Amino acid sequence: MSFFDLKGTLKPLTALKQFGRKPHTLKDVPYVTREAADRYRGFHYNDLEQCIGCGNCATICQNQAIDMVPVEGIEGKKGDSGLRPRVDNGRCCWCGLCVDVCPTGSLSLTKDYLYVSEDPNSFLWMPGVDNPQGKERISFFSTEETSLNDFARIPMPELEGMERVKSFAEVVLGYNEEQARAEASRCISCGLCTEACPEHMHIPEYINAIARANDADAVRIIYDNNPLPEMCGKVCTRRCEDVCAIAHRGEPIAIRWLKRYATETVDNADLIKEIVNPEIKEPNGFKVGIVGAGPSGLTVAYYLALRGFDCTIYEAHAKAGGMTMYGIPKYRFPEESLDKQIEYIEKVGVKINFNTKVGKDISFREIYDTHDAVFVGVGFPKPWTLGVEGENLKGSIQAVNFLYEINNGKRVDLGDKVIVIGGGNVAIDAARVSRRLGADVTILYRRRVQDMPADWEEIEGAEEEGVHIVPQAIPVKFHGDEKGHVISVEYVMAEMVPDERGGRPKPVPIEGSNKTIEATAVLGAIGQQGDYSFLEEEFAEKIKIERGRFVVNEIQQTSDPKIFAGGDAANRTADAISAIADGYRAVKGIEAMLVKKDEGNVD
Amino acid sequence: MREKATTLYFGPQHPGITGNMMVRLKVEGDTIVKATAEVGYLHRAFEKLMEERNWLQSFTLLCRFCVPEPDPVEESYARAVEMLEGREVPERAKYIRVMVLELARIGAFLFWYGAQASSLGLHTVGQWSIGDRNYVLDLFEALTGARIYHMYIWPGGVRRDFPEGFEEQVIKTMDYLEKRLNDYDDLLFESAIFQKRAKGIGIINKEKAIEWGVVGPPLRGCGIRHDMRIDDPYEVYDKLDFIVPTGENGDIWSRAQVRRQEIRQSIRIVRQVIDKIPKGEYYNKIPNPQKWTLPKGDAYAHTEAARGEVGFFVASDGVSTHPRRAHERGAAYVHAITLLEDLLVGANIADVSEIMFSLGTCPPEVER
Repeated sequence: MSFFDLKGTLKPLTALKQFGRKPHTLKDVPYVTREAADRYRGFHYNDLEQCIGCGNCATICQNQAIDMVPVEGIEGKKGDSGLRPRVDNGRCCWCGLCVDVCPTGSLSLTKDYLYVSEDPNSFLWMPGVDNPQGKERISFFSTEETSLNDFARIPMPELEGMERVKSFAEVVLGYNEEQARAEASRCISCGLCTEACPEHMHIPEYINAIARANDADAVRIIYDNNPLPEMCGKVCTRRCEDVCAIAHRGEPIAIRWLKRYATETVDNADLIKEIVNPEIKEPNGFKVGIVGAGPSGLTVAYYLALRGFDCTIYEAHAKAGGMTMYGIPKYRFPEESLDKQIEYIEKVGVKINFNTKVGKDISFREIYDTHDAVFVGVGFPKPWTLGVEGENLKGSIQAVNFLYEINNGKRVDLGDKVIVIGGGNVAIDAARVSRRLGADVTILYRRRVQDMPADWEEIEGAEEEGVHIVPQAIPVKFHGDEKGHVISVEYVMAEMVPDERGGRPKPVPIEGSNKTIEATAVLGAIGQQGDYSFLEEEFAEKIKIERGRFVVNEIQQTSDPKIFAGGDAANRTADAISAIADGYRAVKGIEAMLVKKDEGNVD
Repeated sequence: MREKATTLYFGPQHPGITGNMMVRLKVEGDTIVKATAEVGYLHRAFEKLMEERNWLQSFTLLCRFCVPEPDPVEESYARAVEMLEGREVPERAKYIRVMVLELARIGAFLFWYGAQASSLGLHTVGQWSIGDRNYVLDLFEALTGARIYHMYIWPGGVRRDFPEGFEEQVIKTMDYLEKRLNDYDDLLFESAIFQKRAKGIGIINKEKAIEWGVVGPPLRGCGIRHDMRIDDPYEVYDKLDFIVPTGENGDIWSRAQVRRQEIRQSIRIVRQVIDKIPKGEYYNKIPNPQKWTLPKGDAYAHTEAARGEVGFFVASDGVSTHPRRAHERGAAYVHAITLLEDLLVGANIADVSEIMFSLGTCPPEVER
């Protein structure tokens, strides 16, 4: 290379060929805002209707750019926290992880990226509230395909439909360890389930323990406010799953099956005691009498016993559990599973007097006088009758009584054509049990299948087992033979008429649509009611009962301050978990009434 | 007469520095007798932060390891996590990843064009190349939704599939860039100024380079063909046809020549990807990130970035949802400290930024 390089000096001058050309990258800036790409990650937009305030966006954000705040006009309800995300655009880095983890898909990013303000606080935005125009500008959003949520539930292994009807073997086989871990890993820990659970169980916490392979921890967390978790793990009505955030675009987390998994890892009462290792306080001298060893009574007894109370349960039957023992068929809830839990409850010091019917073997007055507080959890043992002609024929049985006999190990001869009337869990249970006794079963229900109060999984299970469901059918008459035995049921078809007051549609009979179906037995299952004949007159007068239920305050106290009530006899939801919740509230109420009053620090 | 040595602080606020770092120079006249790299202006404790975040949340930090070329870090992290978990990546995702990596390389080289030329006062090249890099950023914007911090390659594949009409847009941009590269040849490589200032300056000793772990164009400029895409092919590089250019003298000129040829190879690779990319899945979905744990163990994956080999080491305790340890082996660490300090001794003050840019240093990567 010579000192003067002519080529090297002239070549760069070829740049002059660009002289006079217009700029080619950003032509119109600053007069025109450049339109962003179709997938641009700009400012947030939130569909307020779709959003359930689960807060998963705030959880994933590592810049703490998102917090959840209340919005005017949006009320919290079951399955919706009532909160909505607020974004600090000074912290946001527009990674879009919040969008990809949003279970409902309500959160998205828009094409907008310019915002100028002198007020630093105005960079705090409520997406969707402060930028409603963002709806038209959505560019980065999640679909079921791109979402980071796991929408598919791990299928529960079950017995084959026709295999099931051969015996009373448990239908649901339960998750194995690997399946449970995988299912638990789907949970986003939003806690909407906790709010929906009547008992407010610590659901995200125990699911997290299962996901982290710490089953013993899960069991401890579960026992914190539920003394019958294995029962709930098998037969709970699981309001938690109805509100699961994942259910909005997928299948809810199998919360019930996960609880079942955790509790089934502990196979005897001694082991439960070892794992839960409850702190049992020194006896405090107070005596509490409990009428009925159903879920609510057992809950009261267990938690009061832990708190040092002397608890005695008076149970009319030979076994504890109430309806869960005598009402729920064994293929759903095996007896040994219940026994294990009752044994554990007895181990913490609860006394249960079996075969002691209050009002007959012991008077309510005596219990009332000899205890510092009384809890009444007697349930709804008495079935409603249909009120149609021929209901008293032979072969027309109440489903509750039928289930009681079967669960007691007795034989009941139904013949080969069973008609079940009703659409609740008792009706489905009766139908499925009848199938197991070898009968052809038809359910007559006055509304549509989707209106059935029974658990949808139970309805599906019944159909898989060959139960025939006739919806919109109202029985009008049972026909009998000369021996007074039922031979057929006459029913009339109904049409659904919308309720003017906004309630659920009403079935109205269609005239002339009468049909008759052959029957060897009819099982009525249209609901139950309370039986308070054990109360002496003075109590019956003093305690306020409305529409068949005890009137209680927020601590389950009746109009007699010493008497508390819970379970079906006090709540309208009539399921085990609500009974447990009642019991747990009563525990706090009784403790506050007796101990804290004693200490003189009642607030 | 021997002159008294003076201390000169080069940076951290200096246009001739590749980012927020400083070089303390001891000069006699305008000859450097000692250089000390001073870092610490940019420390954000990324690796420590990653230990507090779950495996997915970490991924938003990765692109910030090296701003001009973020994708190789994303890719090496994703691949290390996949190796640890044994997660399969769909074939299409692998092709998309290669395309993203090569587009990032092209963008980084264009950036380098501008920086290298500007360090010599040839500002026209810088203005052009940054403008042209914008077209590459347009592609990123269309594909990933962001121009700089893509956050696109994540464990299991890539975040989204090609948008509609993306292939055509890529080809159009590649055609344009290929034509444009000739202009850069005229303006930079043919320029007498560049030739005189680059040849024989900042010579890297081959043995020292190997000993210190120098990688990328600085090593290839010494004549050593070392490239992870060939030596340890990852994704689908073994199915693509390209060459790895090398230089001879280990000086700034050789490194520039390596980059000049490599950008053409990258365009070639991008075209092959467009031709060969199969249809199908682009993402093997990871479990719920909040509860995602990886098996106990560790994994290391390395990727060839424009500045050299970058590697990611991750270790999991098998129980928690976040890394027990996450560590990035960046090319810049050696280049910006050990190598730079060595090369600057005996150099002219005017050559400091020129040498620095030729090494492809990236201070955020030094201070992880």
